[in-house]
Order: sequence, then C-alpha cells, then structure tokens
Amino acid sequence: METLPSKHGEAIRRIVEHMKQRPGPLLEVLHAIQAELGYVPPAAVPLVAEGLNLSRAEVHGVASFYHYFRSSPPGAHTVNVCRAESCQAVGGEALAAHVRQRLGVDFHETTPDGRYSLEPVYCLGNCACSPAVMIDGRLHGRVTPERFDALLSEADRKR
Amino acid sequence: MTFTVYVPRDAGALSLGAGEVAHAIAREATRRGLELRLIRNGSRGAYWLEPLVEVATSHGRTAYGPVSVGDVPGLFDAGFLSGGAHPLSLGLTEAIPWLASQQRLTFTRVGVVDPASVADYVVHGGYQGLRQALAMSPEAIVQAVTGSGLRGRGGAAFPTGIKWKTVLEQPAGQKYVTCNADEGDSGTFSDRMLMEGDPLSLIEGMTIAAVAVGATQGYIYLRAEYPHANRALNEAIGAAYQARYLGTDVMGSGKRFELEVRLGAGAYICGEETSMLESLEGKRGEVRVRPPLPAIKGLFGRPTIVNNVVTLATVPTILHRGAEHYAGYGMGKSRGTLPIQLAGNIRRGGLVERAFGLTLRELLYDYGGGSASGRPLRAVQVGGPLGAYISASQFDTLVDYEALGSIGALLGHGGIVAFDDTVDMARMARYAMEFCAIESCGKCTPCRIGSTRGMEVIDRIIQGEETEGNVRRLEELCDLMVQGSLCGLGGMAPFPVQSALRHFRGDFTARVRH
Repeated sequence: METLPSKHGEAIRRIVEHMKQRPGPLLEVLHAIQAELGYVPPAAVPLVAEGLNLSRAEVHGVASFYHYFRSSPPGAHTVNVCRAESCQAVGGEALAAHVRQRLGVDFHETTPDGRYSLEPVYCLGNCACSPAVMIDGRLHGRVTPERFDALLSEADRKR
Repeated sequence: MTFTVYVPRDAGALSLGAGEVAHAIAREATRRGLELRLIRNGSRGAYWLEPLVEVATSHGRTAYGPVSVGDVPGLFDAGFLSGGAHPLSLGLTEAIPWLASQQRLTFTRVGVVDPASVADYVVHGGYQGLRQALAMSPEAIVQAVTGSGLRGRGGAAFPTGIKWKTVLEQPAGQKYVTCNADEGDSGTFSDRMLMEGDPLSLIEGMTIAAVAVGATQGYIYLRAEYPHANRALNEAIGAAYQARYLGTDVMGSGKRFELEVRLGAGAYICGEETSMLESLEGKRGEVRVRPPLPAIKGLFGRPTIVNNVVTLATVPTILHRGAEHYAGYGMGKSRGTLPIQLAGNIRRGGLVERAFGLTLRELLYDYGGGSASGRPLRAVQVGGPLGAYISASQFDTLVDYEALGSIGALLGHGGIVAFDDTVDMARMARYAMEFCAIESCGKCTPCRIGSTRGMEVIDRIIQGEETEGNVRRLEELCDLMVQGSLCGLGGMAPFPVQSALRHFRGDFTARVRH
C-alpha cells in the first residue's frame, strides 16, 4: 500500500474527528475525504476504521461498493459521459466513442499525462436535453462531438 | 424603475447556457444603466424552449426563448424588459399551449418562484398545508393522505396513507421521515426539477409527515449526480430553519423537526428503499430481506417513512386543498396528477403534469411533437431501465398504473424515453442486462450472476450464433431472474429484455452470422 503524505493523514484524522458523532457517519466521512483529496486513498482505510471503531473490512467494503468513490487520484479534469437509455436514443454511444478516441483512454481511466479522467455515469437527470456530459461538475446538454471538443478546450483554458 | 427578469438556475437550463445568458443580461443592463432584479427560478419544464427568459410585465410574465448569449443585445433593443416584440417572444408564459393545457398541482410553483425564498413560497400558497396539519390530529392527517388516493410516485405505487398509518401505529419513540431522492432511472428528472425549482414544497411535505407520525428527524437521501439539487436543498433548508419552519418549534407549535441532506455515492440500487436505509446508515447499499417493513423497523431499526420526492411534495397541496380536491383528478385507482417526463428522441421534451388518463400517443405527439430526428417513433421505454419497451402499435394505451400493468408494462417514476426507427432492440436488451450487472448489489445470485450471463447470451445472439437455442436460453434466464431475485433490480431487469423479445423479435432472430 502507498504511504500517505502526512498532511493527508492529518486531514483524514480531522475529518473523522469532526464527523464521528453523527449517526451512520461512514459515507459522510468518505465524501468529505474525497472532497478534500480528490479520492479515497487505500491508505486512508485503516485511519478511518480506527477513528470510527469499525473493521478495515467494513470501511473497504463500503468505499469499494460505491461507484462514486475513487481509489486513485483523478486527472486535472473529470469528464462524465452519460451512457443510459435516454442519451443512447439520440447518439449517446457515438458521442461516447468520440470522447474515448479524443481523450485516448477508455472509461474508468486517466490519461497518462494526468489531464483527464473519463468516467461513465448512468443518468444525469438531463434526459429532455440528451445526450448529456458533465465536465468538472458542469452539466452540458444536447452535446454533439463538435460541441464536446469545444467544451473540452474551454475546460483546458480554465486550468 | 426596476425591471424583474427570471432566468432559470435549473440544471437542465444551465446545461443549455442559462448561466451565461443570465450574466449577459446583467452585464447589458449595467451597460445601459438599467436597474434589474434578476431572479434565478426553476424551470417550467419546457426544455425545448430553454434557456427560457421571463420578464414581469403589467399583463403578467412574458417569455422569450430559447435565448442564447448572442440574442441578448437584440432583446434589449426590442424592449423585452417591458414585454416588447421580438422573434423569440412566446407571449405570456402561462398562455403557451404546452404549459396552459397542463394540470399542475405538485409542480404549481416550479419555475414560478424563487426557490431559495421562504417569503416567495408563502406568497404562492406555501405552508398552508402544514398550517392545516398542525391544527389536525395525527389520525386525521393520515386519513387525508389516504383519502386523496396518493400512491408512491417513486415507482412502487404503494398507497402513501397506509404506509404512514403503519408508522403512526408504532409505539412512541424515535421515528424517522426519509425522502428517497435517488432518482436514478434514465428518462426521469421530475425529482431533480422539483428539488431545484421548489425545494420548500418537499421540506413542507416532510414536515407534515413528521407531524403526522411523531417523527423528529428527517433525511433526504440525494444522489451524488445532482449537485445543483444539493445546493438548492441546503439553501432552502437553511432558509426554513431561519424562518422557524424547521427546528425545535415548527411554526410555533412546540413540535420539533430536524432535516438534513445525505448524499449517495453513485449506486443505482440505493433507490430501492431498504438499500437506501442501509446506505443512510453508512453501510454498503445491500438490500434487506422483508419483513420487517421499514415502516416497522427502518432506519437504525426504528419506524421510518420512506417516500419519493414527488410523493412528499404533493402532500402540502392535499392538506391545503383537501383530499377530495386531489382525488377529483385521475381515474380508477390512479388518483390525482402525474408529472410525466418526456425524454430521449423527442422534439419537445420536458415535464408534463396532467391528471391520469392521457394516452401515450397524446403525450408523445401532442406534447412531444414526435421524434427529434424526424424519423418515425418505433418504441418507448416507460418506467426507467427496469421498465418494459412498448411498441408503436400500443401507443393508445393509457398512462396509468393499471392500464400499463395490463400490457405487461409499468409506469414506474413516470419517465418515457422515446426511440426512433434506427434503434436496435437486441442492443437495448443487452444494455438492460449490462446495467443490471453494473448496478447489482451482489447479495442474491440470480441478479449478480444472471445479469452477466444474460449479457453473454445476448452477445451470442447479436453475433448470430445458434439464435434459436440462445433466445430460448435467454427467455429461461429471464424467468429465473424474475422469480428468484431478492428485489426489483434483478426481478425487473428482465422486463425490458422480455418485452423487446415479444415486440421486436426480428431484431434478435434476423442477425447475420459474423
């Protein structure tokens, strides 16, 4: 297991300490860790387990159950492409193929230069404006391959 | 003079540029030395007109849309702030036929009010229902909900009043009201629209539920894919606390109700109520075996109401205007109104709230305007990824619980996804199995293993391998999953597959061998 930079360890202990009195706190704690570090490092599991008085297996079991929690750091930009039926009905699969080709990675992967992480999502609730894509938490509707390229350049300029 | 302009902050409107349009309008007004009151409302639900900009005029609110940033200077030149004529003008918002013909009871304020303002909510009839409820006995509140005929809008369609009655009858002690806001079905967005556009109606509905059953703590379990709804809910909860509609002394009644939002983490299964409760407890979202029912042993083992967003947000109007008023809409056992969501390959997609009793054809063509691509519609999927596919020959079916049930389909959460004649139904069937495999919680074998085997069998069918035998194996597998799964995910994932086989068999059998 990777070793945790000491400032990450401190952040995790602080989060656990802050939240441990809440009812059923584990999901909340994992959300807070990912919000701060961008992912839930595997080395965080024993710290969280100790702080919440749970077994490591329980913490790992929860962190790995939910698709939203990452176990590796995300790229500078996260691209979520909706793969559900409504988007499929208006070219979602062709858009997904374009995005994969454009970024040069498959779903659940990060580009080698660390610029982009590509993740699937099963419905963004924007089904009257399909196909939908989310880039760095910003939702976009009626996305064509051309529009995706423009949105990606825009995201690039921001960082 | 101050002009009032409305530009939606609804996620769907923002996805089409409403944020940029709002900025452009504010900038242009400053440049011209005009004073603006810019209100960020929810969406009216007519997404083909988004971004839909409204201005308050002496005749009422006037709409322009769809507005892009480039249109903004021209709109100012045309005097749109006073309702001036412009090619994008749609006239009075409430007179737009697509909206005017709707019967909005649950969505009456969505797109109208400032979602973050308690004062605006109250001006538009908000908190009248809670006021009524606080003057009633718990039994009378439950009786009103039962009498309205309201059934769970999340998909299970269980009578809401009966669920509440069970919780009320449990011995006093810690009870919970939870809202299932894990709206994961593709083609549905009514929960999202409501939470972003009128979150206080959900908060009021939950408070009424709490008063009815004696609960003091509420949780809204919201999917992580809805960051805009998360912000809108937290803003509204903060405002409700400040105005003492939440907290230790709700509306001066001496009753206490605390409410918070808890985020899910991208697991579709957590829309299943027992799995949602596990997740709220901070555990893996694995389905519980029933009994006991959540109404008896729910969150942290205590009696718990679990209702969908739309269900709870409908409660205030029932208490305010009476059970008979609500039950006066609809037909048969499907009482009241249903917020239907038109999605996929459809020209005029969006939210249509009408009394039960419309046909699919009316929804798809009169409201939807047919396909977005201009090609003939071939199939629709109603009720999300576990819902059946319905062929064009069945478009005269009524959209209510019983009529859809009678053709082997289900209404679910009221989402309709339209497909034109380019759709390959064998691939859609494969997707149904793939989705089940990705989202299975893994607790029971028919769902966990069956979905993967289903995917493999359909792959062989698509490859044209031993079609007849593989179609038979697929049908047997579907039967097994329906009969043997623990919950609705594995038990219903075969519905789209079976219906595709029934109505579009040629898509499976006429494959060319590769």
